[in-house]
Amino acid sequence: MADVNRGDRPLSPHLSVYRLPITAVTSILTRITGNAMLVAALMFVWWFLAASTSPEAYATADWFMTSFIGDLIMFFSLLGLWYHLLAGVRHLIWDSGHGFDLETATKLSWAVIIGAVVLTLLTLIIV
Amino acid sequence: MRYLTDRKRATGWGSSKTGTDHAWSMKVSSVALLILIPLFLITVAPYTGQPYEVVIDHFSRPFPAVIAALTIGVGFMHFKDGVRVLIEDYVHGPAEQWLIIAMTCLCYAAAAFGIIAVVRLAI
Repeated sequence: MADVNRGDRPLSPHLSVYRLPITAVTSILTRITGNAMLVAALMFVWWFLAASTSPEAYATADWFMTSFIGDLIMFFSLLGLWYHLLAGVRHLIWDSGHGFDLETATKLSWAVIIGAVVLTLLTLIIV
Repeated sequence: MRYLTDRKRATGWGSSKTGTDHAWSMKVSSVALLILIPLFLITVAPYTGQPYEVVIDHFSRPFPAVIAALTIGVGFMHFKDGVRVLIEDYVHGPAEQWLIIAMTCLCYAAAAFGIIAVVRLAI
């Protein structure tokens, strides 16, 4: 038998053992923000559908959209949207073959986080 | 004994035919959304919470309606591709396929409802 020690070998360290580097945190956040935006997207579809149906339907959808929960969803979706957009730009940079060295990757990670917060605040102030 | 080299046996398989379609369609939709999202935030998002008449009036103009319809359409197609990778990574077995099918159907349905609604407002 080539491997008599089957099943009793040391395992590679699992995620819980690592202290997540910033590049790993920003990577998983890209996935989380992208998929979480489904909620806000469906709310916009509902809002448009209601507006095209009747004033009463619009009143209901718009009430939810501007309710406390609606505002909360929209705020975090806006933050997630800018984050995901900047992380997407980072992927486009990587696709071009640049920015893979550790120092640049770390810098890009922080740029995505800080950029998302700044753009969210700018959006809330201007728009 | 094999007479073919490893390279020869690999050529023509893997992602050489359609394997890159997913990555490419993600790239195209992401660049499109890079343009659409800022326009959406300017011309669509601020109209939530506005009176009914204001909203109807605003989206009867072509530009806001086109931005809204394109963002909904391209956005849900981008989501369809993205959520598929999420499912492929974390869900295995029969549930994987069913979930991908369900989410794909949801994306097409949401895009269709959204676009039809905007078109009705616009014309």
